Amino acid sequence: MFPVKELKRSFLISIWFSFLTFPIMVIKVDAIERVVSWRWENMFFIAFGSFFISILTKVYFLRKERRTGRKKVNRELTEAFMQRILREPRFLYPLSLAVLLFALLFPALFSTYQTNIMTTALMYVVLGLGLNVVVGVAGLLDLGYVAFYAVGAYSYALLNLYFDMGFWAVLPLGGLFAAFLGIMLGFPVLRLRGDYLAIVTLGFGEIIRLVLENWSAFSQGPSGIANIPRPGFFGMEMSFDSGIVYIYYIVVALVVFTIFVVNRLQDSRLGRAWLALREDEIACQAMGIDKTRTKLIAFSLGAFWAGLVGVIFAAKTTFVNPASFTFLESAIILSIVVLGGMGSIVGVIFGALILILMPEYLRALSEYRMLAFGGILVVMMVFKPDGIISNVRRSYRFKKQPAKDVIE
Amino acid sequence: MTKTILNVTGLTKNFGGIKAIDNVDLDIKPGEIVALIGPNGAGKTTFFNCLTGIYTPSSGDIVLCHPNSEKEIRLNGMKPNKITEQGMARTFQNIRLFPTMSVLENVMIGRHCRTHSLILGAIFRGSATRREEREIVDMSYEILIKVGLQKEVNEEARNLSYGAQRRLEIARALATEPFLLLLDEPAAGMNPNETEDLVGLIKTICGEGQSILLIEHDMKLVMSLSDRIFVMDYGKKIAQGTPEEVRANPAVIKAYLGEDVDA
Ligand SMILES: Nc1ncnc2c1ncn2[C@@H]1O[C@H](COP(=O)(O)OP(=O)(O)O)[C@@H](O)[C@H]1O
Ligand SMILES: [Mg+2]
Repeated sequence: MFPVKELKRSFLISIWFSFLTFPIMVIKVDAIERVVSWRWENMFFIAFGSFFISILTKVYFLRKERRTGRKKVNRELTEAFMQRILREPRFLYPLSLAVLLFALLFPALFSTYQTNIMTTALMYVVLGLGLNVVVGVAGLLDLGYVAFYAVGAYSYALLNLYFDMGFWAVLPLGGLFAAFLGIMLGFPVLRLRGDYLAIVTLGFGEIIRLVLENWSAFSQGPSGIANIPRPGFFGMEMSFDSGIVYIYYIVVALVVFTIFVVNRLQDSRLGRAWLALREDEIACQAMGIDKTRTKLIAFSLGAFWAGLVGVIFAAKTTFVNPASFTFLESAIILSIVVLGGMGSIVGVIFGALILILMPEYLRALSEYRMLAFGGILVVMMVFKPDGIISNVRRSYRFKKQPAKDVIE
Repeated sequence: MTKTILNVTGLTKNFGGIKAIDNVDLDIKPGEIVALIGPNGAGKTTFFNCLTGIYTPSSGDIVLCHPNSEKEIRLNGMKPNKITEQGMARTFQNIRLFPTMSVLENVMIGRHCRTHSLILGAIFRGSATRREEREIVDMSYEILIKVGLQKEVNEEARNLSYGAQRRLEIARALATEPFLLLLDEPAAGMNPNETEDLVGLIKTICGEGQSILLIEHDMKLVMSLSDRIFVMDYGKKIAQGTPEEVRANPAVIKAYLGEDVDA
């Protein structure tokens, strides 16, 4: 039976919610007619809605508790199902091949409009994977990630404007500039921990945006830089449509490259050091890991990918202005990492596709985009705090006794 | 006169007004097991933290010397990771493993300071990186066999029993190839069986030529294992000597307030 105590609490919660939302949901001031309309029915909805939601979550947790008491093993098995598919090469390789094939055929199967949206989503996949190295793997909460994205985008815009440099020349440069900036910022800042690091990086992100906005002589201020050329293909002129498809393939290649590199990094001496740093800094140092250096590498590698995507962003939209690089952007990328599963590559890919494609395809929802974002994140944190697909540690198999031959 | 591998002179550590360590001297010879004992709050853990660079000493000198070399290295002001590279590794009183990493990976982290591959190595995985990686895995596994954790290789560290976690801490420290191992209350929370295994393990490690500095409350263990004992109370060294000498020392008995030292 559902305990009465919980009923009482849900009741209190609903009253509290009605009270909180009273000013925006009930009172409506019509400034022209100079009347106030009281929409009491809204209060009714809020009260009942929050009451039922609160009861539903309670029921969920009660049942979950009972279930873990009874069938813990069973639950672990279902949890492990996804992980097993991802770990066993004989499932993983055909699956990735199929996904890749689908990605390659996408422009042929869908319209240019769809392809364009997919390009955006895949750019966020790369951004998410880049930030995943910083936040998910190394545990450095970076709230100013968008700054590096901006550096990449403006690298292309400005180098093209002043020196007439092409896309392919700037692509690595944009990444390197961002990585360099990451090192410059990281040096003083990475000795801070947790919340402090978050606040400083948040400030840094805003500083970059404000500089771009106000240093008009350099960056053309809020009006931005227009007419940035799309990427060239051996000097060929391309139609608008094939240009979009071309960028799509560039981004697909970048995604594949990023997955490959991030995957290898995670399963390496460096990747283990990052994970260990996330778990316990003092123990890490005592085990001989250079904390500052290891963090700096993670930070600047993350920045590198943001820079790369920044260059592509500038080439794709052919226009950059500071308004594209607000804190909201950092927040979205961070949500992708958190929603997908900290440290998990597949999780981040899912996270990016869900968070970017959902508002595009559910147009009705797009007005409430931010609300949905917040809602999804809260629900995720409550029910599945490890993200959609949590990261699993690699397991090693050894023959019985002789340690010499390791089967990998 | 044999050489000393660790020589601490006049070590002092102040926290604001209080002197957590007050002018303590200590020395360790190659192959020795030395115990550091004293009541709770005596400053033993703080002493370890000063040695390993987690705290900066207020004054005094810490000098480390590799058993096979003449070069003396002053550790004051060195970063913890540099000190570990010199060949001194430690465990923690309040276990500090990497809880969600596997047992093997915990030990592999210890190999970090003896290996080199970085970004490019990780991405391209050339033959040198692959060899290094194999070496890390092999050696870590061998150490796990030594401490008796070979069955739990892929288990997450947080799922281990308390005693196993303490042994994993030792394994992780061993992976850094120290010539001096600092153990902070390794038997705390262990049952008699586990303690017995631990004694065996410490003897094995010592038999391989490593020296050990040990903080421990289990007097039976301390008395049976140690070559020499240092006693601290209120941050000061109040006695030192062989187990017999220390046992008979009135200052020690007083510090333990009539606690049964022979127990
Ligand atoms: N970071 C610190 N700041 C202030 N006081 C500390 C700190 N670390 C240890 N102390 C103090 O130093 C004294 C010795 O502590 P500790 O070395 O942990 O003792 P032991 O390990 O011998 O039980 C205690 O009084 C403790 O409160
Ligand atoms: Mg202590």
